[in-house]
Amino acid sequence: MEGNMNLKLKIWRQKSTSDKGAMKDYQLGGVSPDMSFLEMIDVLNDKLIREGDDPVTFDHDCREGICGMCSMFINGEAHGPNRGVTTCQLHMRSFKDGDTIYVEPWRSAGFPVIKDLMVDRGAFDRIQQAGGFISVNTSGRTMDANAIPVPKEDADKAFSAATCIGCGACAASCPNGSAMLFVSAKVSQFALLPQGQPERKERVLNMVKQMDEEGFGNCSNIGACEVQCPKNISLENIARMNREYLMANIKPEN
Amino acid sequence: MAKGLFGSSLVKKYWMALTGLFLITFLLVHCAVNAAIFVNDGGETFNKFAHFMGTNLLIRSMEIVLFVGLLAHIVDGLMLYFQNRKARPTAYAKQNNNSSSTWYSRSMALLGTLILFFLIVHLGNFWVKTRITELSVIDQHLYYDGEKYENLFGEMQLVFKELWVVIVYVLGCISLFWHLLHGFKSAFQSLGLNHSKYKGTIAIIGDAFSVIIPAIFAAMPIAMYLEWIA
Repeated sequence: MEGNMNLKLKIWRQKSTSDKGAMKDYQLGGVSPDMSFLEMIDVLNDKLIREGDDPVTFDHDCREGICGMCSMFINGEAHGPNRGVTTCQLHMRSFKDGDTIYVEPWRSAGFPVIKDLMVDRGAFDRIQQAGGFISVNTSGRTMDANAIPVPKEDADKAFSAATCIGCGACAASCPNGSAMLFVSAKVSQFALLPQGQPERKERVLNMVKQMDEEGFGNCSNIGACEVQCPKNISLENIARMNREYLMANIKPEN
Repeated sequence: MAKGLFGSSLVKKYWMALTGLFLITFLLVHCAVNAAIFVNDGGETFNKFAHFMGTNLLIRSMEIVLFVGLLAHIVDGLMLYFQNRKARPTAYAKQNNNSSSTWYSRSMALLGTLILFFLIVHLGNFWVKTRITELSVIDQHLYYDGEKYENLFGEMQLVFKELWVVIVYVLGCISLFWHLLHGFKSAFQSLGLNHSKYKGTIAIIGDAFSVIIPAIFAAMPIAMYLEWIA
């Protein structure tokens, strides 16, 4: 079809976690500018399967930018060159005919590669399990959340922190390999709300402890995470986490 | 703190910020005192200031704190640098860092090392000579109103006769400028002081400080080399 593109793809191929892996070149023709990036990879995989090759393994689920599964490092940027979008929301119209596109998995000590472009983001689950929740009885006598007054500004900030989909783009794009934007968003969403208060201090202490154990780097306020985050999570959350952690260490009991 | 002085990633941030802000206050004092050379009175004001700084008990005690603070800043910085390298064992084949961050914010360890090299030269030129050995200048002492003062001004004139020394100092100041441009603002963020209300003010003060202080410092060897000050 007219307007379709020919692309040169350089994709990371790795058989298993223990395999060394390498970049491999592919030529792909007939790429419609209306395709999403993942659909383009689908077309490539279809071609590979027909040719008897192993298709490229990659994470994906909702394909509408809310599940946090897609996780490609495209041309040196998490989720590609566009801002505030996930890989599934990136369309091929953002590229030109004849372009060379690098596609790599998240690179982080905390995210071991499972296969090709798929990484194990269990580290984020374990950080969440260390404190990213509130303990609420659901015995039927629970207070209606809407009955608790919350200042509008706090509610807005908590909501915008809660939009974090835990995709890992922050840790993947951070030159230090730090996951603090994710952790700080999860700490903030509860620290700002009344429901988060009973576990406020142990939450931040435990989540930071788990984050360090997972092998992520240290934040030095470079700010790449904030730019690359598909949900535009603000660095203000990291400052809030720094405050929360400091206060929790000065006076650990509530 | 629970996990020791350098334990968690966040505690390391606090140390970096606190020692950094302490070194910033040192820069301010050092710059203010040295700016006395611009009075251009043959070094009388500057030598008197230097005499006060060298003999005041409080200032001398702070000198020890300063060395400890500097060392903590260096050790903490190196720990962060090596831990962060370990956090990404496999490098990206292509990483477009410039689209999302500034080169100097990513190069704090490099800039810090350059500043350290400069400091070694700088301490050798002045600190070692005033505190341990003796000044190289012929008139080691000058008398103002019958009182004896070390002629540190004369030593500066002697040291800054050499073009290569002036170049090293200017390069040191340029490294300091880039280091401060990220470090000043970063310290406040690390201590949790980031809010839309005052973020802009911190950024303006930080940028102004990063430009003005290194510029004044750099002007000193240049002015002496060109003999604007004598």
